[in-house]
Amino acid sequence: MLETIWFALWGLLWAVYFMLDGFDFGAGMLHPVLGKDDTDKRIIINTLGPVWDGNEVWLITAGGATFAAFPTTYAYMFSWLYTPLLLILFGLIIRGVAFEFRGKAESETWKKVWDTCIFLGSFVPALLFGVAFGNIFEGLLIDANNVYRGNLFSLLNPYGLLTGVLFVALFLTHGALWLSMKTEGDLQVRAKALVPKLWIATVVIAVLFLVMTYFVTPLFNNFFDMPAFLLVPVIAVAALLALGILFKKSSFLAFIASCLTIVMVTFTGVIGLFPNLLPSKIDPAYSLTAFNTSSSEYTLTIMTVVVVLFVPVVIAYQVWTYYVFRHSVRPEDVTDPDVEAY
Amino acid sequence: MDALMLSRLQFAMTAGFHFIFVPLTLGLVILVAIMQTIYVRTGDQDYLRMTKFWGKLFLINFAIGVVTGITLEFQFGMNWAEYSKYVGDIFGAPLAIEATVAFFLESTFLGVWIFGWKKVSKKAHLFAIWMVALGSNLSALWILIANGWMQHPVGYELRNGRAELVDFVAVIFSPYAWLKFFHTVSSGWVIGAFFVMGISAYHLLKKNEIQLFKKSMKIASVFGLLSAFAVFLIGDFHAAEVAKTQPSKFAAMESIWETQEGAPVIMFAVPDSENERNSVEILPLPKLASILAYHSPNAEVTGLKDIPKDERPPVGLTFFSFRIMVGLGTLFLLLTVLAYYYSRKGVIENKTLLLRVLLYSIPLPYIAAQVGWIVAEVGRQPWIVYGLMKTSDAVSVNITTSQVFLSLLGFLVFYGTLGVVDIYLLFKFARKGPEAPKNAQTAGEVQ
Repeated sequence: MLETIWFALWGLLWAVYFMLDGFDFGAGMLHPVLGKDDTDKRIIINTLGPVWDGNEVWLITAGGATFAAFPTTYAYMFSWLYTPLLLILFGLIIRGVAFEFRGKAESETWKKVWDTCIFLGSFVPALLFGVAFGNIFEGLLIDANNVYRGNLFSLLNPYGLLTGVLFVALFLTHGALWLSMKTEGDLQVRAKALVPKLWIATVVIAVLFLVMTYFVTPLFNNFFDMPAFLLVPVIAVAALLALGILFKKSSFLAFIASCLTIVMVTFTGVIGLFPNLLPSKIDPAYSLTAFNTSSSEYTLTIMTVVVVLFVPVVIAYQVWTYYVFRHSVRPEDVTDPDVEAY
Repeated sequence: MDALMLSRLQFAMTAGFHFIFVPLTLGLVILVAIMQTIYVRTGDQDYLRMTKFWGKLFLINFAIGVVTGITLEFQFGMNWAEYSKYVGDIFGAPLAIEATVAFFLESTFLGVWIFGWKKVSKKAHLFAIWMVALGSNLSALWILIANGWMQHPVGYELRNGRAELVDFVAVIFSPYAWLKFFHTVSSGWVIGAFFVMGISAYHLLKKNEIQLFKKSMKIASVFGLLSAFAVFLIGDFHAAEVAKTQPSKFAAMESIWETQEGAPVIMFAVPDSENERNSVEILPLPKLASILAYHSPNAEVTGLKDIPKDERPPVGLTFFSFRIMVGLGTLFLLLTVLAYYYSRKGVIENKTLLLRVLLYSIPLPYIAAQVGWIVAEVGRQPWIVYGLMKTSDAVSVNITTSQVFLSLLGFLVFYGTLGVVDIYLLFKFARKGPEAPKNAQTAGEVQ
């Protein structure tokens, strides 16, 4: 029972992480496209400034929770996916320092270097998280002795890459919506103009993804066994379609739809995986599951108590900060010497 | 070199690099919070400018500290998968709790602090920096509970082919972990204090903003004095705990080969592990090691010869690191006493020699912290979990030597570059000094 709860929590942590850091990635990838001048670029960075760090902690929590609840999965996942994770890590590191360092010197070259870092630090993790999850959906080459038979190139297979592209598309749309909400003037007009294009591309990629998922992965089996769960992918599709319609009325509502899309897409994957955390493509019997890799019941109980006590508090103060910084960022916000800005 | 040795190098390098930036965070954030508290209470603009000046340096430093922390979490799985499997039932919990109760607090409120100057009330803004201070120090607590368990495993049973948690309270309240926590965070506070004292000394020597930097110096010297004293006192208790729970580390710290009663502290020695003796011994202080270990002059101290050869840590590195740490700790106490004394008398700006010493002392607490970790981590070898699991059994079996070699190379280049950039920025903004007073601005607000 506790294993199942923690499996769900594991999925939830990833879903919240992708929902939150997703728009950071999206805005970071759009940064070179939408930032026509230095003020624009600074505005884009400053829409993320107050929140990106708190968003990233959801990843650290997802990692920590995997370690605590499913230590064997944690161990294998990170050592098998060594190279992609390392690249994700480097991406996250350069993104974080770029936000802080970019504005700390005036030279053009200096700013260009950090702008590139912001783009790469957003694009590489977004793509590779997708590639990693796509491969997990498909099943990894795990043999009977828990040895992984793949490498970076076997991970870059068509389905893995398609999932990577799906992640990038979802985050780009998410980021464009975020910027439509959080900017004003010319920049906002340009951000808004991008949304419908990105949305159509995302819909096309999502359709391809769903079709290929049906043929390449066993992901839909759980849904056929328990049709009630079909509601989750249905909501995901509905939210994605609603996004395009809602956008004409309000960027905020469309952004909420985008949040819902990302959460439901993640949950579609997670439900499809259950009870596998890392399924084996060679033989399902070799898969790592919530049951054969979990911590003891005692540890899971303690972790559950911690989550029940503290996660609501975390959500409360994070929601409060989104409320504090709810207004859009204007050019004067980044030029006023009396206000801190990146 | 094999994947094991390369993984060890990589972990030592990434953990050591992370711990250049984190301890300054631990101390500097408290100093900034104190300055801002005085500002909010008195409305004195000097303290506002101080808060912003030291706050900016804090942020430049924080950026690298936070992003390099993720590396360590990832590495347990990447390079130390066998370890993660074996002890994950126990070790994962404090890491997950750290993220949930400490890291969220620190990161979220840091955003509020940086960008909230005009968005939240003065008191809420002050609250934010205290939450950052609480978060970062709490984060250290959970990490050191995890590390404390590796040093002195408690509250577990070997079941199902791994160590399973049976007593969470014992793990959380392990005296070893708490002593290590207090010793480590107070050393971070010393780093923060010396950072502020050193940069203040630089500006006082340049006769730059004398009032502002005298105030900074005074706050930092009080904080530094208390912290340096705490490091020393807790260090003493900590050494006693090490003697009790990790006899091989203690013997290596003192380079004691024979088990003996009333063991001396040898001020200087050259350990010769090959022949199980010290080839040089200068100035042995009789009975001091026994007093240090058991607070009793005639207590018996285990010698290295009574520990199997394959369970002895590298003696030389542990011994010298320990001596450098203790020597520097004594110097910090002396320097903070002087800085506090002359600050109190209000004449510190005239003591140019002391100011110069303080300026050039900025790197010393960093060195002390690094060698302290060498004592702790190298002194624990060959164990990854003392007495329970060897480091050689902990490395991932699914990684290749070339993979680790390339990632180590990547880390070296990457961290090297970031380190240089960060130090450049710290120098640049430290030298520049605080922003000019905003009289025009204040007038603008009144209109």
